Order: sequence, then C-alpha cells, then structure tokens
Amino acid sequence: MSAPTGKTPPHGGPDAASTDAASTDGSGGPGRTTGGDPAGARAPRSPVLSALVGGLRIIWGNRKARIGLIILGLFVLLAVLAPLLAPYDPKDNTFERNLDASAQHWLGTTAAGEDVLSQVIYGARISLLVGFGAGGISTVISVVIGLSWGYLTGVLADVVNFVVNMFLVIPGLPLMIVVATYLSNGGISMIIVVIAITGWAWGARVLRSQTRTLRGRDFVESARFSGERAPRIIFREILPNMTSLIAGGFFGSATAAILAEAGLEYLGLGDSTVISWGTMIYWAQNSNAMLTGQWALLFAPGLCIALLATSLTLINFGIDGISNPRLREGSTGR
Amino acid sequence: MRYMLRRLGWFLLTLWAAISLNFLLPRMMPGSPADAAIAKLSQNGPVTEETRAAVEAQLGVPDGNLLQQYVDYLGQILSLDFGISYAFYPEPVSTLVAQALPYTLILVGLVTIASFAIGTLLGVLAAWKRGTWLDALPTVGGSFINTFPYFWTALLLLFLLGYVLHLFPTFGAYSATTMPALSVEFVLDALYHAALPAFTMLITSLGGWIIGMRNAMITTLGEDHVTFAEANGIPGRTVALKYAARNAILPNLTGFGMALGGVVGGSVLVEQVFGYPGIGFLLFNAVTGQDYPLMQAIFLMITISVLVANLLVDILYGILDPRTRR
Repeated sequence: MSAPTGKTPPHGGPDAASTDAASTDGSGGPGRTTGGDPAGARAPRSPVLSALVGGLRIIWGNRKARIGLIILGLFVLLAVLAPLLAPYDPKDNTFERNLDASAQHWLGTTAAGEDVLSQVIYGARISLLVGFGAGGISTVISVVIGLSWGYLTGVLADVVNFVVNMFLVIPGLPLMIVVATYLSNGGISMIIVVIAITGWAWGARVLRSQTRTLRGRDFVESARFSGERAPRIIFREILPNMTSLIAGGFFGSATAAILAEAGLEYLGLGDSTVISWGTMIYWAQNSNAMLTGQWALLFAPGLCIALLATSLTLINFGIDGISNPRLREGSTGR
Repeated sequence: MRYMLRRLGWFLLTLWAAISLNFLLPRMMPGSPADAAIAKLSQNGPVTEETRAAVEAQLGVPDGNLLQQYVDYLGQILSLDFGISYAFYPEPVSTLVAQALPYTLILVGLVTIASFAIGTLLGVLAAWKRGTWLDALPTVGGSFINTFPYFWTALLLLFLLGYVLHLFPTFGAYSATTMPALSVEFVLDALYHAALPAFTMLITSLGGWIIGMRNAMITTLGEDHVTFAEANGIPGRTVALKYAARNAILPNLTGFGMALGGVVGGSVLVEQVFGYPGIGFLLFNAVTGQDYPLMQAIFLMITISVLVANLLVDILYGILDPRTRR
C-alpha cells in the first residue's frame, strides 16, 4: 500500500516540498505527507495506518470529539453485549401489560407485555447497523461519483451534474416514503438501501468541488504526464488527500441515516416486528402510551437516538480539525 | 439575462425529469396496486375472475406499451387529472389535495418564514457577539436540538403540554364543535390548534439557520471591507448589518429556497404527530392505505414545489449577487 511513495521521486528535494504544500493548504491529506518522508525515518508502518493513527490522535485531542467517541463506544458495547446486558428476551411478551417502572422492569413494560429496557438495549443494534450500513454505502457512492465527476470534463460531466443536482433537488423524506411504500416487505436491508440511494448526493457535491481544486495541483499534473490512467489518478493520487472530508461525510450521513430510519419506522414503513428504537416509538404511539402516561416508553428510545446522533456530530467536530487546522482546539489564541 | 434563461432551462429540464421519475417509479417496483388490492381481498376468501377484472378496471391498471402509457400520463398531468383515491373512494385525488393544501401552506409556510427570519437575526447576533453567551447558547443549543429526532421532540412536547398540562389541544386543526368558516371564532380556534405544532417546528428548525448565518457571518467579518469600515469609526450596528450580514446572507438564502420548497414535503412527520389535516398527513394516510394514485400525486406536487422555490431563489440570487450574472 505504498502507492504515494511510488509516485514521489526518491530524492526528496523540491518535489517533496511541493507535495507537502499541496497537502497542508488542501485538506491536510495525511497520505501524501507520509509519502514524502524519507523511508525509515519513522516506524515502518504503512502510510494508511499511520495516517489513521495520526487522524485518531487529532480527533481524540478535541474534547467534544472525545466525548462523542466515548458515547459511540458505549452504544457499540451495548449492541454487541445486548444478550448479556438485557435482563429479558426483548420479544418475551409474557409479562403484565403496561407496567410502570419497577425493580423487575426498570423502564416498565409495553402494551404487548414486553420489557422496555431489554428492547432499548437490543434496539442499539438496528440503529448502529442502519447508521453505519446506509452511511457507508452512501459514502462509497458519493466518493465514486464525486471524484469522477470532479475529475472528468465534457459531456459526461454535464450528465453527472444533472443527475446529482436532480437528486439534490428531490425532497429526501417524501422520496424515501414513496419508495419504502412500494417495497413494503423489504425489512431492514430495504431501509438501508432506500436511505443510501436518497442520501449520497450532498457528499458527492462536496467531494466534487474539492477534487476540482486538487486536479490542477502539481502532483496530479505530474501523475498525468507520467502516463497514469484516470482511475488510478483519481483513487490513488487524489483520494488520499480527502480522507478527512470523506470521514466527515461518512459520520454526517450516518447521523442522517439514523434519524431517517427512526422517522420511517415511526411512520410504520419499516418492518414493525423488528425491535428498533423507531418501531418502539411507533408501537408506543399506536398503543396510546401518551394517554396511559407511560413516558418511559416514548422517552427512552428517542433519547437513545438523540444521544447516538449527538455522538456522531461531536466526532465530526474533531474531524473538522483534521481538514482545517485552524479549528483544532488550542491551536489558536482564543 | 443569459443567467436567467439558463436557470429557466434548467428548471424545465428538472421538471420534465421529475415528472418522468414519478411515472417510472411505480412501474419499476415489483407488484401493482391491483395485485395488492386483490391480495387484500383474497384474505377474506377466494377471488373470482370477474372480481379481478372489476378491481383492475376500477384501479385503472395501465394497458398498452410503456410509451403509450407515458403519453397518457403526460396528458393526465396537463389536465390535472390524477385519478380517484383508493383510500377515500370515490373522492378524486385533486379534491383531496386541494382540501389539505391550505393547512400545510399556512402552518408550515408561515413557520418556515418566521424561523428563517428569527434564526438569521440570531445568527448575526451570535457572530457579532462571538464568545459571549449570546453566541454559545444558540449555537450549542441549536446543534443539540438538531440531532434530536424531530418527531420525538414533537411527541415529548405534545405529551407534556397537551396530555399532562392540558395547555394545548392534542389533535387536529380545529375543534370538533366548530366548522371551517371565515368567522372570528373559527380562526381563533384554528390558531389555538396550530400553536403547538408551530412552536415545535420553530424550535427544531431555528438551529440550522443560526449556525449557517453565524458561520457565513464570521467569514465576512474577517474581510477587509469590514475591518476598514470599523477602522473608519462606522457604528457597530451599521457594520454588522450593512457591511457583513448583507454579504453573509447569500448562502442562507439558498437554504431558504430549499426550506420553502420543503414546506409541502417536510410536513409529514409534524402533521402525523399532531394529526394536522395537511398534505403531510394526507401522504401518511395514502401510504398506510396503499393509495398509490394519491401518493403519486402528492409526491409530484412536493417535487414541483421544491423546483419552483429553487427557481425563484435562483432568480433572486441573480438579482442580489451580480457575480452570478456573468
């Protein structure tokens, strides 16, 4: 994976300086800077790995992002260890119905006689799955389309321009609702796909404009003159400089996906037998939890969604610090 | 002028694409409305051939090839004929939409405009008083509320203010005892019912405007012409509003266009929570009743309203920012 080093002339000198300049005033691409280092000066790690570690250090250095990472970690633990942590089976409906909070049921029971706390714990799995699944897919789509779109010129670029702008203009939630209605028996994978195909356009646009500014830089020019093919230039030369933008886009679309999933399930458009925070609120509303005064049934799943979404937003504050050093904590006077 | 023509051409192109997408979407999906209806019927007993033919005729199963269907479809749209609703049979779709539209336009439209105005002003204030509580409170609070699931905030407020404290009505746009009419009594009643949804939408949407305006404003505050104005001793308020905010408002304006277009579509969750009889609630009912003609018509209308709002903002942008007219 020493792709950048392969392109940089081994004798450092002016060329290494120019790649450094390109990455510092660009998006601080860690891949390029390590590529310019004399071999063996640092620990012999692959540039990708050391970039990752360096990025994580910057994120961890930001207080808000650290809180976000801790909250996200707790939710991941909750999801992974759900069978150990949950006091009951989330689908076990043999308990008394509509119980208030008690020592046996910390958050009470649902109208169908299930334990609310167990459902909240298991619900973390679905939200994380949809968030990272749909966020991941839409990030991949936006990277592929955004970068090619930024690099290409001519008629093809105009066509992509039209398609992306179309997706930007079509209102997301109604489109999701319509598609989800037609695919009404699809379950969670359907929700993930629907959210991913409606949510990639904004990321593609951001990545496109960054590609546009990078494609005129010296290192791209030199790669082109040395006869590199377009896909290799796009994904091996330009892509590593946008790691932080892409990571930011990923967390942004994961947040949006988690909120969208909850919204769709609340409207009853998902598979309502799956245990997720959205379906919990859907069933709470359908069984008139407001009239019976079971606030925990409404409050707990929504709070979890909000906390998870907040944690991803907080992590993004730290990622902003990678792409824009001026936003790093303690880097400016004030 | 060339700019305006280009925007208009883009608008017509996207309009055509949106209309075609609306045509293709149901045809790309597995199953047909008639099949769904027959599947529902067959749960109650066997379906005879006559019943099947009757259902297909009633639900307007398209015949002919795709091109013929497309031509028919375009003709229907031009004559504003969207078919008969399944869920509210035998009401025509256009009547249902016309009944629901005023509620959404008044409630969501007014709140969107108010939210944009208040949020932008608070953003100017936050950027101008950077580092004080006037900055910290709206930005931190705004980004925090933004990560809440919108419908959850709405449900909580409804639960607290509606069900526990009985301050506000919990359902509908007017009381069951009053009839829609242009009387003082009805208007007051409608306002009372709109208050809680409006308040919820306001507090959940303010954050975006505040943060957007604040960030754009901070960038312009660092520019030379602002520093120069300050150095010349021009009063702070004038510098903030006339020198900085005037330039910083442009990106927010694009967002405003999106939001205005989103008025019709963004109302789904709020109207569902509060049982408010607007377009969003109608879409929800269409979806739960698998009422495909109604759903398609609403989706088309939502998309077109976004396109029109974008066109208007583009034109406004061209007037406000001479650079775009090149």
